[in-house]
Formats: sequence, C-alpha cells, structure tokens
Amino acid sequence: MSEPVRESMEFDVVIVGGGPAGLAAAIRLRQLSPDISVCLIEKGSEIGAHIVSGAVIEPRSLTELLPDWRERGAPLNTPVTAEDMLYLTRSSSLRVPMLDRFMPHMANHGNYVVSLGEVCRWLAAQAEELGVEIYPGFAGADVLIEENRVVGVVTGDMGVGRDGQPGPNYQPGMELRARYTLFGEGCRGSLTKKVMAHYDLRQGVDAQTYGLGIKEVWEIPAEKHRPGLVQHSFGWPLDNNTYGGAWLYHFGENLVSYGFVIGLDYANPWLSPFDEMQRVKLHPAFRKHLEGGRRIAYGARALSEGGLQSLPRLTFPGGALIGDSAGFLNVPKIKGTHTAMKSGMLAAEAVAEALKAERPEPAAFTDKVRRSWLWQELRGARNIRPAFARFGARGGAVYAALDAMVLRGRAPWTLHFQHKDNETLKPASACEKPAYPKPDGTLTFDRLSSVFLSATNHEEDQPVHLHLRNPSLWKTVNWDVFHAPEARYCPAGVYEVADEDTAPRLQINAQNCVHCKTCDIKDPTQNIDWTTPEGGGGPNYPAGM
Amino acid sequence: MKILVPVKRVVDYNIKPRVKADGSGVETAGVKMSMNPFDEIAVEEAVRLREKGAASEVVVVSVGVQQAQDTLRTAMAMGADRAILVLSDESPEPLAVAKVLKKLVEKEEPSLVILGKQAIDDDMNATGQMLAGFLGWGQGTFASKVELVDGRARVSREVDGGTEEVSLSLPAIITADLRLNEPRYASLPNIMKAKKKPLETVQAADLGVDMTPRLSVVSVAEPAERKAGIKLDSVAELVEKLRNEAKVI
Repeated sequence: MSEPVRESMEFDVVIVGGGPAGLAAAIRLRQLSPDISVCLIEKGSEIGAHIVSGAVIEPRSLTELLPDWRERGAPLNTPVTAEDMLYLTRSSSLRVPMLDRFMPHMANHGNYVVSLGEVCRWLAAQAEELGVEIYPGFAGADVLIEENRVVGVVTGDMGVGRDGQPGPNYQPGMELRARYTLFGEGCRGSLTKKVMAHYDLRQGVDAQTYGLGIKEVWEIPAEKHRPGLVQHSFGWPLDNNTYGGAWLYHFGENLVSYGFVIGLDYANPWLSPFDEMQRVKLHPAFRKHLEGGRRIAYGARALSEGGLQSLPRLTFPGGALIGDSAGFLNVPKIKGTHTAMKSGMLAAEAVAEALKAERPEPAAFTDKVRRSWLWQELRGARNIRPAFARFGARGGAVYAALDAMVLRGRAPWTLHFQHKDNETLKPASACEKPAYPKPDGTLTFDRLSSVFLSATNHEEDQPVHLHLRNPSLWKTVNWDVFHAPEARYCPAGVYEVADEDTAPRLQINAQNCVHCKTCDIKDPTQNIDWTTPEGGGGPNYPAGM
Repeated sequence: MKILVPVKRVVDYNIKPRVKADGSGVETAGVKMSMNPFDEIAVEEAVRLREKGAASEVVVVSVGVQQAQDTLRTAMAMGADRAILVLSDESPEPLAVAKVLKKLVEKEEPSLVILGKQAIDDDMNATGQMLAGFLGWGQGTFASKVELVDGRARVSREVDGGTEEVSLSLPAIITADLRLNEPRYASLPNIMKAKKKPLETVQAADLGVDMTPRLSVVSVAEPAERKAGIKLDSVAELVEKLRNEAKVI
C-alpha cells in the first residue's frame, strides 16, 4: 500500500490520552497561558469510555488545579464515611484494628468515592471551556520523531480492512504536530513504549511491575446501601506469595463498586485473575453487600505498581511522560488519580517554561517532581510493594506496619524489584490448578457475559490489533510450558485455545479486547504486542465506572 | 436544491440499555449518546447527492436538548453544510417533532427531506410519515436506493418479500433503511472544520409548536431472562419431556 497523503495540523502541545493526567495537564497549560494551543486525543469513543478505577480519590491535586471544584459541580459526591481493612480466610474475616496507625496509607478520611470516568468527563468539560481542543475517537498510532526530537503523533487510519488494505470508507490518519507532546496513555501505553525504547528512558531504573484491576458496578437495594463505606481485603483466595486484594465501595445512588487487583508478578500459570475476582464475591464479607443487587457494568485495566524505583526518565527532546504512562501510582494507598493529576500539572508548568525559553526538552519537569509533595509521597511509600514481593502477603503486611509506625517511610534502604512480571511464571506442570467454582449467574458470572456489560465493540473489518511477534513461539513456550496462561489472565476472553486435543492453536478474538494491556505485560516472552485498534473501538464504560 | 436531514441523539448502539430501578424508563444519565444510526445513513445519502452535484446544500436539524448540538456537529463533520438545533425537553414525541419539522420546511423550503426510518431508542417509525402527511408530500419510506432523475426521485423500498420501486415528484420525503449506504467516518480534519460551520439554535416554543407529550409511559421492563437449559441422557427422555412437560408433540 502506498504512503497515504496525510493532512497535518500544528499545535503548541499535543496530549495523548484523556485521563486525569492528560486533562489536568491540558487545563494547567491553558491556565498558565491562553495563548498555548493544546490538542488532546483519546482512543475511546468519548472521554471516560476507557477509564476504569475504584475509585477512592484524594482531592489534593484537584484543589490545587481548580480550587472552586465544588462550585463548578465536580462529581465528587460521596465522602468516605467508614472504612474496614479485612484479612480474609476461606470463610471468615479479621478486621485490621487501628487502621490509621498500622496502615496509615489506607486511611481515607477526607477522600471521596467517585466514578473516575465521570470525573474525567467533567474535567474534559472544564478543559474545553478553557479552549483545549479535545478529540475522542482518535488513537495515537505512531510517534513522529524528526532529528531525534518528538514532533507529534499520527492518528490511526480508519477504514482499513482485515487484510490491511484500505476499504471503501478509508480515511488516512492525520499528523498532529506539536512543539511538545505529552504521553498520558495510562499504564503500558503503546506510544509510551516506543518513546521509552527510542530514548532508552528505562536505563538504570527497576523494571516496572504491574497489577491487573478488574471491576464491576452493582446496583443494590436502597435499604442495604451505606454511602461512603469503603472496604478492602487481603489474604484469601490468594496464596501468601501472590499480591492482591479486593475492594468494595458504596457510592452514588445505590451503587457499589466492587473489584479486585492482583500483582502481575504471580507465579502460577493456572491462576485466573477473573475467576479469583468472581469467587471473592462468594465470601460472606462481600456477599452480604451484593446479594439482592444486580451487576450493571464491568471493566478491567492494568496499573503500574513499581512506584519510585521504577520511574523512568520523565522527559526527552520534545515531550514528557505523565501519569501512569510514567508510573506515578502510589501502591500502598492504591491511588493514582491525585498523583497522575499532579504529574500532569507539573509537566504543564515545565512545558510552558520550555515553550517560552524555546528549549527542546522540558527537563525542568523532573526537578519539579522532585521538589513536590508527589516525590515525598512516593518516596515514603517506595518499600512497601517490593516488601510484599519479597516477604509475601503476611510478611509484607508486617513490614508495611513497621514501615509506617517505626521507619515512617524514611528507611535508609530501598528495596528493589528483582524480576520483570513476564519472567515470574513457573511451568504449568510444577503448579497446582485452583478449583474455581462455576458461575452461578446471580453473584458470579463468566467472561463473556461480563465483556457484554463493558459495551465493547471494535469495527469487525480491521487488522487484528494484537500481534504475535513470533507466531511459532506460542506452541513451544506458551502452550508446551505454561499451558496458555493468556487464556486465563485475559479478563475479556480474547485468547482462546482452539483444537486443544488435536493441533492446539491460539485464537485471538481481538474484538472482545477491553484495552487492559495485561497480555502486553504478562506474556512469558513478551511475544504479544498490543497496538491501538481503529479509534473509537474498545469498551464504552457507562457512568459509574 | 436543498436537502433537509433531521437527526436524533439516542443512546449509543453499543450500549446495553438499562431500565431505571423504578421502571419509569431507560437510564440515560451518564450514558454514551450518539447519532441514531439510521440518521447517519440519511446524512450520508444527502452528502453523496450533494457531492454528485444533485443537491447544493445539506441542512441538518435536531429537536432535543442542548447536547444534541454534538450530534449536529458530527453530521457536519460528515459533510452537512449547516445545522439547526430546536431546543425542547428530552425525548420529544414523533408528532411534535413532525410539527416542528413542518415549520422548518416552510422556512427552509427544501426539495427533499431525508430521515432515518426510525430511531433505535423508541422504534416509533413515524416521524417521516407524519411529516409527509402534514406537508401533503409524497413519501418513499424504507429506502435502499435513491436516484434523482428528471426532477423526480426514484426510490427502491424494502418491503416484505422484495423491493418496490416508487417514483416521487419533488418535494418529497425519503426515509433511509439499513442498506441504503454505509456511512463514512468523520475524519479528524473534518471534525475540526465542522466546529466552525454555522449552528443556529431556536426554541421549540418560538416556532409555535406545542411539545406537550400525548403519550404516557405506564412502565418499562427488561425482557425476562432466559432460563438455563438441562442436559438429558437419552433420546427417549427428550421425547418424554417434549410430550409431557413442553407438550409440543
């Protein structure tokens, strides 16, 4: 196919990704100077369509960005009123006492239970009011690099057929050229990957480690609803060496956010994060909240759990990485919204200065981060997630309490991550298969009925957006050694083994993909490459997510 | 020649609609809304007619809430030239919409009005026909092909058991069926340009149309869930169940 003729447009700043980081950056840029032209693209069909988060958020960054957010009607309507941290065994639960002393990170006084998708839609409205141009439905497909400087991105072509040839409705992508480009694609961004590789941004830092979060929204009977109740759990059903736990938040009008996060450094290839998530609902401590309700939404997304040790170099000639694309999540707090927003705001300030001084690299971003509360916060939290990786769930919890009460985050040492998440699986033959209960159709469900609720759709006639770099590796590694772990870790049923008994082969149902990026992270040889499908494809998460 | 294309903002076709807990209707708060897919086909057809030189201007109109302007911008990104938003409450009924459209037709004097055959939210399939009745114009509904020849519109209609060809004198009403065309993507450059195209806003009341609903919704319920099947051990057992339980043989 010959090179298409692309239209091109120039902006001062192009932002890839309409999450909290990108939107906060856009708003801050226009606050600093209404002369800065800002264009933001989002691969979801609308802002918020691909946002999945718990979410209990800390309003700190929002207050710094838009001090009058209450008057502007920000959808932070459910303050946290009560909270429990539970250690689960198979049939009972122990409440962690004096949470604010043993696990001060988990204390949520002053925070709000929100739908992050709704918060993003609201932030987008604020940004548009300030003159930011927002284009949902357009994916960043490639990075433009000229003379070793990032000069913008190319949006994806539309209307390309399954065979890679332009169809009757073909529309070539557009070059969005910018003096500075900010990548706020969230965890494991596909363009972020390219930029990191091109500028070797991960040199000298720990490998990133990830988690996979799977979420459902439930509508429950009014008499059971306790707005602002926040419950977290660890322990059962995960073994001591697997990091993860469940959340349950009462919010909004009779809504409950339920979900489960699991560290993607788990070892057992038979483990299925989706089935773990389903079976926690059968535990009495969770069942009692959900019984009598109905599930109304479903979604999943990977998150970065490496924290400070895994932060890459943040800037490069022509731009910066912000939010979870860089990895600003505070893991012990299990919160990334306030840190993502803060990183976006600081990047905006650095970019505005660089624009004025005509410096190619907004390098001041790194100094600004180091001098802000964001750095202090991540520094104080830096040892907790690696302690869990090293000492297991119970040892990690003891370390976390010790860190909180004695060391107060100021330990003279820094624990490091020793493995990449794709290296931690053990051979299937060396591991035990968990016995997952069959879905009951009222509390627990299968993958396909779940994906249905995510309202996921991709134009059918387009190239498959999940590539195997080396197709032959699937049989010798994924199948022969690990027995196709992708069929279990994928929360959307994208990966299926066909003809299992005769000539097993991998079938990729790319149309189901909810864009969580887990396969790009966890595949044992990193053989799966997640690229952006046609813009507007993927989930359409409703309000509440 | 001018073409008028009415478009409706509806719950996106990818969304699984959810009935409100009190059964009063379908939840729309925070739900993704888009242009009714049949209206997209109508816009596409009008734009193609203009591109072929058979029409000179495509005007899109929507009757509804303020956010319907997003739908109109999408239509303009697809190629419509300008837009009119008639502000009213959420989900006005077809009768009221047809009355509004009649007023606009009298003002704009288009030679052709192309509508979607029905909206995917209420599935009424009525606005086009009512408008034709009010105006006394000919109508070609469920169109799968439209040709303008010698000042007449030749329309292939999808009817039970085949296709019916009608020839309409202009001005006329056409409603678009699924197979009429495959709508184009709104490209990013065209979305940018559409932001600058003219969009006029008028109040429904200023057109002198009574928008008061004539219908009342008694209740809305989701379809009953399918019950799980059972596995049987033998054909004999199946026959027994079909005969004595299902009573179908």
